[in-house]
Amino acid sequence: MRRALLAAAVLFLLAAPARAQPLVADLSSHLIAITTGFAGTEVLLFGATEGQGDVVVALRGPESEAVVRRKSRILGVWVNRDEVTFTGVPSFYRVAASDRIEDIAAPATRARHQLGVHYLRLGTREARPAAETAMFREGLLRNKERQGLFASEVGQVLFLGPRLFSTRFHLPSNVPTGAYTVEVFLIKDGQVIAAQTTPMFVSRVGAGAEVYEFAHRRAASYGILAVLLAVASGWAAGALFRRA
Amino acid sequence: MPIYLPIAELSLDVFMLLAIGGGVGLLAGMFGIGGGFLITPLLIFLGVPPAVAAATGANTVIAPSVSGVLSQWRRRAVDLKIGAVLLAGGVAGSAASVSLFGLLSRLGQIDLVVQLTYALLLGSVGVMMLVEGLRALRRVRTPGSPLRRLHWHTWLHGLPLKLRFPKSKLYLSVFLPLGLGLIVGALSGLMGIGGGFLLVPAMIYLLGMPTSVVVGTSLLQIIFVSSSVTWLQAWSHQTVDVMLALVLIFGAAAGAPLGARLGAKLKAEQTRVLMALLIVAVALRLGLNLVLTPAELFSVETHLVVEQ
Repeated sequence: MRRALLAAAVLFLLAAPARAQPLVADLSSHLIAITTGFAGTEVLLFGATEGQGDVVVALRGPESEAVVRRKSRILGVWVNRDEVTFTGVPSFYRVAASDRIEDIAAPATRARHQLGVHYLRLGTREARPAAETAMFREGLLRNKERQGLFASEVGQVLFLGPRLFSTRFHLPSNVPTGAYTVEVFLIKDGQVIAAQTTPMFVSRVGAGAEVYEFAHRRAASYGILAVLLAVASGWAAGALFRRA
Repeated sequence: MPIYLPIAELSLDVFMLLAIGGGVGLLAGMFGIGGGFLITPLLIFLGVPPAVAAATGANTVIAPSVSGVLSQWRRRAVDLKIGAVLLAGGVAGSAASVSLFGLLSRLGQIDLVVQLTYALLLGSVGVMMLVEGLRALRRVRTPGSPLRRLHWHTWLHGLPLKLRFPKSKLYLSVFLPLGLGLIVGALSGLMGIGGGFLLVPAMIYLLGMPTSVVVGTSLLQIIFVSSSVTWLQAWSHQTVDVMLALVLIFGAAAGAPLGARLGAKLKAEQTRVLMALLIVAVALRLGLNLVLTPAELFSVETHLVVEQ
């Protein structure tokens, strides 16, 4: 019995490279450059599946910590009072599916692979009643959505024929920089039968990158330069005005 | 045409920023102020993070103050001695407030404190200016009314360590200008303003300085305090966006001469009433924000786990 199993495993391993991959996908660009004229951009994901199934794509930005604060009224003035710190919050999040995501994947599957803003696995630093935490979490999602960093709406993965698929993600101008992951899932009968992860990087290039680097690496000199630039332009404007 | 602001980390339209700079420059030229109290709230309204808005506001204010001081200097309307004392207080105050800014940011109360000080300060100064300006307007219309007192004498004038300030024709305790500089410096670090709208009335009514040297001397103080705030914010919080400041300065440089020409056409009393109305309007807007029930009770501040 054991020998039979072993033989089957060896056969499977030997056969694996020869078989067609069930899922391949790639991005139109792995490096999103934020230039001086950057006003947001689109990134195209395309791929092919082997056999039937639905495709779900999740785009996640670098992880961050988010302090969520709630205002309360004190002496007639609205003041930030309670706060909850969430950990493992993607700084950017989008999901797209080839069909209604509720029909493709059961809640358990969505929770396991974090498919949809309500299925993100977020930790908290403070221990609070579950109902409280849920309210703060909703507040976090609303804020992220308003800033265009999260989208609760599921995007559309389009199938071009039975095997080829593609989807587009819009990255707004305030897209956070850093290392992103794009996860592509092939789901059949509610089960993930294949998955692929592709990296994507968002980084500043050109003048913007240099200003940012300078401001953070050599903060003292940057401060002096900022002052001198303002003084010089004020001086120049004064001299021009005098002549006019 | 969008421009990506590397420190604010978002794109804004260049022409909109130029228009804002131009509008603020127009008002600054008209009223002889830096316009910082308008720039910071406007930037926050456009989505610039409050910390970046305040620090960049301070940076922007330097430029119109330099061109202002230059023209006042040519008219010999700058009192360097009292300016130096104000400055000593101002730099100390700004250093303290930049640390306070960092502490309040960490506590999540910076927006509240900034808006509250804005609303209270602009509100009270604006109302005072408005009342005073309207009274002056009425005086102009009815000649023969009694002369007003030049300044109020209070216990403040009895403080020790008196110094002579010949240019301003004053003999008063060094603690008065020092304290005034300290307070204005502290506020400019917190609010990203030059503090001209506070300094000018305080110098006239509290110190009793002659109006002829007030504008030039207050602008001199503003240059140094804003420079100190800019440097401290850049150094300790990396919140100064040079790109944003330069675009605003460019707009302001175009607007300021136009404003000065407009201002010259108006009577001094009329200008003061208009400026008071503007200040009261900004204060009301910010005050309402604090009192009205906000549409969203939750706010979020994120920190990247790994800085790249």
